Amino acid sequence: MSTTAVSLRANRVVGFWDSTNGKKVVMAITGAILFLFVIGHLAGNLQIYEGPVRFNGYAHFLHTVGELLWTVRVILIASVILHITATVQLALRKKRARPIGYSRKQAIASSYASRTMYWSGPILLAFVIFHLLQFTAGYIHPGSQFIEGDVYHNVVAGFRVWWVSVWYIFSMLLLGFHLRHGIWSMFQSIGFNHPRHTPILKVAALVIAIVIVLGYISIPVSVLLGIVK
Amino acid sequence: MKLTLKIWRQKNTNEKGRFVSYTVDNVNPDMSMLECLDVLNETLIERGEEPVAFEHDCREGICGSCGFMINGIPHGPMPATTVCQLTMRHFKDGQELTIEPWRASAFPLIKDLVVDRRSFDRIIASGGYISINTGNAPDANSIPVGKDIADKAMDAAACIGCGACVAACPNASAALFTGAKIAHLSILPQGQPERDRRALQMVAQMNAENFGGCTNIGECTAACPKEIPLEVIATMNRDFIRGSWKERDSTVRTITPMTEWSTGSKLDIDPHATS
Ligand code: SF4
Ligand code: FES
Repeated sequence: MSTTAVSLRANRVVGFWDSTNGKKVVMAITGAILFLFVIGHLAGNLQIYEGPVRFNGYAHFLHTVGELLWTVRVILIASVILHITATVQLALRKKRARPIGYSRKQAIASSYASRTMYWSGPILLAFVIFHLLQFTAGYIHPGSQFIEGDVYHNVVAGFRVWWVSVWYIFSMLLLGFHLRHGIWSMFQSIGFNHPRHTPILKVAALVIAIVIVLGYISIPVSVLLGIVK
Repeated sequence: MKLTLKIWRQKNTNEKGRFVSYTVDNVNPDMSMLECLDVLNETLIERGEEPVAFEHDCREGICGSCGFMINGIPHGPMPATTVCQLTMRHFKDGQELTIEPWRASAFPLIKDLVVDRRSFDRIIASGGYISINTGNAPDANSIPVGKDIADKAMDAAACIGCGACVAACPNASAALFTGAKIAHLSILPQGQPERDRRALQMVAQMNAENFGGCTNIGECTAACPKEIPLEVIATMNRDFIRGSWKERDSTVRTITPMTEWSTGSKLDIDPHATS
């Protein structure tokens, strides 16, 4: 019996995107773009602590830079679509790659965050849709009236509804998990790994994820505690 | 020592498999896991039952033939150890061990604990070589290689192709193996001429097989008996990006994966026969 199975070689043009590695590079780059957005968005949100005038002024300012706002939005939407497309394709490959699972399988080294990316991702997507419908479009505004332009009011009134806040906090925790893996993983995907630097990068990813989560969560918590009203 | 071995038994690729529990009474703590299976097989043969099929060759951790899951961990609980090196003293008297083959579509099951890992051979064949002139051996040190580079290449070259990385990976990805096979050549001066092609071809072959894609989880490196670091996957990614950018000809050759066995046209050998 033969030890190597060799049948005729097929010449194919295989593109970058066709490979799992190429998809991960795309996920790394789009992930980096979305990560920058998460930081920028947080910086904007934290202005809520400076009062309604400042916060509404900031929101108004974003709308005065019309074209730029839409450019950024288009880039973000494209990033989200590419990021998700690659995920779905990799998930389908994963399913095909092990149709019969183990009766017992023990994770020995990987982080909880890395193993739950396939879960934290879709839930975050659901959150983003809900979040846009609530605060950007104003279709969903439980417990209060959505006032176009009065962002401060919308946020405070929105978060007074306890389940909105709980859902928000839960989603932000998942975002933290997603970032904790994603921030270092994108470097690995584009080919950067170094025995001395990568451990530092992993710690940095954890710290950055925690800071971002705390920053976002502080807003609903402050509203619920009555600090922001 | 007395152990209960819950072993996956499957006659051949197509038949359904199931777990069968065996009690082995006279386990010597100094035995290896494979010797423990040998002891079990002897009693099975005496009883006229089918022995458990498993792969082995060197029994000293260097050939990569052996390997199966023990209690959900490839090659068992000890780090940097193959099942042929794993001694039974690491288990407790009376313990139950669940023994399962590697599970991956790219590793179709042949029998019991034996899987077909020719997909690895095809990945190596697609680019794991360098071009050198044959003939006299070149002078030693005619190409200077720094110690740290040589060490790094040796670390990657330690991969024995056992398949534990694929078995451990939640995606059943062969990234650690392919990364090791790319890295041990591409970081040496001798590996430079084919560097870009090699990455493109080996990655294409890896993707032509039924492996999943790497999502940087890191189970592989913990399960690897040779402790191949995740760094080799980054090296593969870097070479792949570099190659994709630089190569002028984007035609990549892949070998069509094949799961049948050629039995030789005249002799009608049944590959699933026990003897
Ligand atoms: S990388 Fe490690 S686990 Fe994977 S085949 Fe090589 S030696 Fe085995
Ligand atoms: S039999 Fe050779 S590595 Fe285990």
